[in-house]
Parts: sequence; structure tokens; C-alpha cells
Amino acid sequence: MKQKNVIQVKNLTKKFGDFTAVNNITFEVKQGEIFGFLGANGAGKTTAMKMLIGISKPTSGEANVADFDVFTNPEDIKKNIGYMSQKFALYDDLTVKENITFFGGIYGLSKSIIKQKSEVLINELGLQEVANELVGSLPLGWKQKIAFSVALLHNPKVVFLDEPTGGVDPITRRQFWEMIYKNAHNGTTIFVTTHYMDEAEYCDRVSIMVDGKIEALDTPKNLKKQFNVENMNDVFLKLARG
Amino acid sequence: MKRFIGFITKEFYHIFRDTRSLFILFGMPIAQVMLFGFAITNEINNVNIAVLDKSKDATTQEIINKITASTYFSNKQFITNEAEIESAFKKGNIKAVLVFEKDFSEKLIKENKATVQIITDATDPNTANTVNNYVSSILQKYQQETNKNIKPIYQIVPQSRMIYNPELKSVFMFVPGVMTIILMLVSAMMTSISITREKELGTMEILLVSPIKPFQVIIGKVVPYIFLSIINAIVIVLLSIFIFKMPVQGSLFLLAAQSILFIINALSLGILISTISETQQTAMMVSLMGLMLPVILLSGFIFPISSMPVPLQIISHVIPAKWFIIILKGIMLKGVGITILWKETLILVAMTVFFIVLSIKKYKIRLE
Repeated sequence: MKQKNVIQVKNLTKKFGDFTAVNNITFEVKQGEIFGFLGANGAGKTTAMKMLIGISKPTSGEANVADFDVFTNPEDIKKNIGYMSQKFALYDDLTVKENITFFGGIYGLSKSIIKQKSEVLINELGLQEVANELVGSLPLGWKQKIAFSVALLHNPKVVFLDEPTGGVDPITRRQFWEMIYKNAHNGTTIFVTTHYMDEAEYCDRVSIMVDGKIEALDTPKNLKKQFNVENMNDVFLKLARG
Repeated sequence: MKRFIGFITKEFYHIFRDTRSLFILFGMPIAQVMLFGFAITNEINNVNIAVLDKSKDATTQEIINKITASTYFSNKQFITNEAEIESAFKKGNIKAVLVFEKDFSEKLIKENKATVQIITDATDPNTANTVNNYVSSILQKYQQETNKNIKPIYQIVPQSRMIYNPELKSVFMFVPGVMTIILMLVSAMMTSISITREKELGTMEILLVSPIKPFQVIIGKVVPYIFLSIINAIVIVLLSIFIFKMPVQGSLFLLAAQSILFIINALSLGILISTISETQQTAMMVSLMGLMLPVILLSGFIFPISSMPVPLQIISHVIPAKWFIIILKGIMLKGVGITILWKETLILVAMTVFFIVLSIKKYKIRLE
């Protein structure tokens, strides 16, 4: 079960004119794996991720996500992935329930499934009291959890999380990672970018991008051994400073 | 289709939960029509005049009565010497002073000629001009009446008839203009703001990553505004018919069809604006500066295009509002049909297609 590759990338490159944002990257992510995608700002993380979620066409190379090719079937990829951005983008002027209904709807879920799922979701997150309140009135940590649950509404094979814990306090971050673990355990693959090195330690495997290239890819434990340092922060600094 | 309905429902939540956009959508059109209809007018009514009558005889009295009997003027005061003229104007409530020369009747009989001086306050040139014309025509009429028995050697009689708006009501000129402005504002500004808002909030990204297609997102955003703009157009037409007695001489169906065409034109402009602006603020500024000002100044709404300098006349051709105002005036006042208005209609259609194609191109470039 754990052997199947959900994301497969080979020599993937993206150029904007003369500038090579993503330079010949190769990696794969297995089902149920939590894959950390690290890199300094401008290293090419976002560009690489955009190609994998089907909103940006690669210049060359190969990439498969959830068994679909990014060149030929980006629309099928979209149906099988979830995405959550650093802005926890929900609609502030819609209630929790209305947000769930809307996002369920655009993924083509039927009314009865949406109803059933939103009940489960509201109960699990303990949102019974605020289910009919506008999302704008809720604290950031709650928005983050709702956004994550909404991204999982259609049972995607892979969830892409783009800096999902920005601006959130440490306790909420901890709870959030527990949610991630739970879902990975259930077989959902998690592809996460982050700037927090303690979070990198939580990942099964971590890749670090520098100037458009993947300079390191292994488990946090092996990476620390390879670079002969105490923690991931030092691994990152060693790589990023060259 | 189900996705689509969900999308539109969500859009209506946005609109109805935001008091500011509700006000722009429904409060402003009514306020604007009322303002332009009642407050802004080129007609004169009850203009205060003063009279300096140096002869005080039967003829001058008769002329004064004739002038003040009309609804255009009311005689505010009699003044007794020339020095008072200036102070009467300076106080501000007097717009014109009539000065009858000494021995008016006598001169008229003996010399066949007497003068009355019309002094007008030209700080407001339009009013001054109109007052001057009105007084002159009253004097001329009086002259004709008294000369009835005398046969002139020959006479040229101008017979003027003002057609399509015989009472020269300025509201007839403003209604098409206001309707154009409001449809432009609601359709273009509101859609561009609502699309850029999704960009700002980051929800646009989520939508693009979802299976819903970009053009479905845009159509979903636009449909509610088409609907609301149509309601707006109906409200404006009803207001102008029932409150300002504006006629609709032509076909109501054609009026509706043309309005929808213009709404779609404005919406496509709104989409175009949203593809070039990143924030709501930019979208609003671009809409206001790029659309509102040209619509007000260059569409022929207030200032006649034919009296503009040639470069401005050329620019006015590319402003959709100009063509829509011609169409509106044609249908509402002249009662003409598509056989006459096909050229303007075709221009609007072409512009709409152009804007849509351009936005699709821009949108694609952004996605790359």
C-alpha cells in the first residue's frame, strides 16, 4: 500500500524568459506520506507547486499527480487534489455552513453528501455553536482548521498545503499538525511547504530547494546526519547559504 | 449547472450582506435620477428681476405687467436710480435689471423708437443668456401686438417648432445620460471590484485550483450583476416615465434589448479592468477615472460632441456610452427602430466582442 507513488516528478523545469525558476527537479511522493517542500523565498517552491496543481504549464520534463499527467490532464488532477493556501481563503461574509456548501458544490458533491459531510466536519471540529456564524468573526486558528477540512471535503488523494501555519500561535499549530497526521494515517498524501523548521521535523521526508534546484531530499533524521548538525534549522542554513 | 447555481447563490450572499454595495446598487441610481431630474436644469423659473422705470407711464407699466405675468420672472423690487443697480446685483438675488428710459411713451409716439436696457448678471452665463432671450421675445411679442393695425412693408416670420421635446425639458436630456452612467458604474465597477476582491482574499487561487473552469468563475461573477443591472434599468425607466413624464415613443422591447446589450458591454469592460488590476482599490480607481469621467464628459451627455475640438470628437467615438445615449434618445424621444439604429447597435456589439476577447487573452497570460 505505502509503495504506490502519488506524485512523480522527473526533470521538471519552468522558465520565464531567460530566468529558470524551477531547474530540472526530480522526486516522488508515496501515498500517505507527509512530504515537506522547503526552500527560501524565491527558491522556486511556489512555481513548482503551481505546476503540480495544474495552474501552470511546465516548460519541460515529466510530472504525474494522482495518476494524471500535468501536461495533458490538468483538469483531472484538479478533481483529485485538495489545496489550501497561506491565506486560509474562505469567504468571510459567508457562514461556516455556507462555505462548506459552496466549496463542496464546486467540487461537484451532491447536496446530501455535502449535508452529511458538513455535519461530520462541524462535530469533529466542535463548531456546533458557530456553524451559522460568519467566518469573518472567527479566530484565525479556527479558520485554518475549517480551510483544511474544506480542502479535504471531496476526499482528494493529495492535499497541497502552501505555508498552512503562517501567523498561527504554537498551540494551534500543534493541533493543526495532529489533524495532518490523522489524515495521512488514513491514506491521504500531504504535500506541505513551510518556513518553520520545527514543522520540517514532523514530515516523513523533506526536500530543500535552492535557486530552482532540489539540493537535498531525505528523512529529517538522515538529513541531519548527512550535514552533521543537530536540527533541521541548521541543515536549512547550511544549504541556503551554500 | 448545479455548481453554477451554487456559485451564483454565493455571489448574491456577497452582494446582499454588504451594505455599501447595496447602496451603490440601489440607492445611488434613484438618488442620481432625482438629482439630475429636479436639481440640475437649464430652464429658468421665477427669476428675480428689478425694474428701474424712469418714465412710469402706461406703456412701461404694460410691458412690466407682461413680463412679470409670465412664470419665468417675478418682479422683486423697483429701484429709483442708477446707483442702486449695482447694489441690487451684488446682493445676489436679482438676476436682471430692466431700465426704461425717460419719456418712454412719448418717444415711442414721436420718434417711433424708445429703448429699454436689459442688464443681466453674467456670473452664470447660461442663465444670463436665457433671461436675455426671454425678455427680448416678450418685448417683440408686445411690439407685434401693438403694431397689428399698421401694415409693414415686408416681414419675415420665423416659425420655429421644437420637435421631440417641445417643452425643452432638460430632464429628457439627462435621463438617457444618467441611465448610461448608472449602468456603466454598476456593471463595470461592481464586477471589477468583486473579481479583484477574490484575488485579494486569495479565494481566486482556490477557485482556479478547483475543477471549476476560469470562464465559469467569471460568468458566475457576472450573471448576478446582469440581473441587478436590468432591475436598475427598469427602475430608472419607470422613474422617468412616472415622475418626469418622459415618453417612450419607440418599442419597449428594443429598449430592453439595447439596455441588456449595453449592460453586457459594461460588464465585459469590468472584467477587462479586473484582469489588469490586482486590488479592489486599483479596480475602483480605474473604473472611476477610466470610465466615469469619459462617460460624463465625452459621451455627449452634458456637452454636445459637435462643439468639441476634433481630437476629443475622435476619442468620443470609442466611448460605448456615446453610442448608447444616441440609441436611448432615439428610442425614447424619437421613437425610431432598429432600422435606423443598426449602426450604433453594431458598434456596441463589436466593442463588446473586442472587450471579451481582450479579457480572455489577458486572463490566459496571467495564468501562465
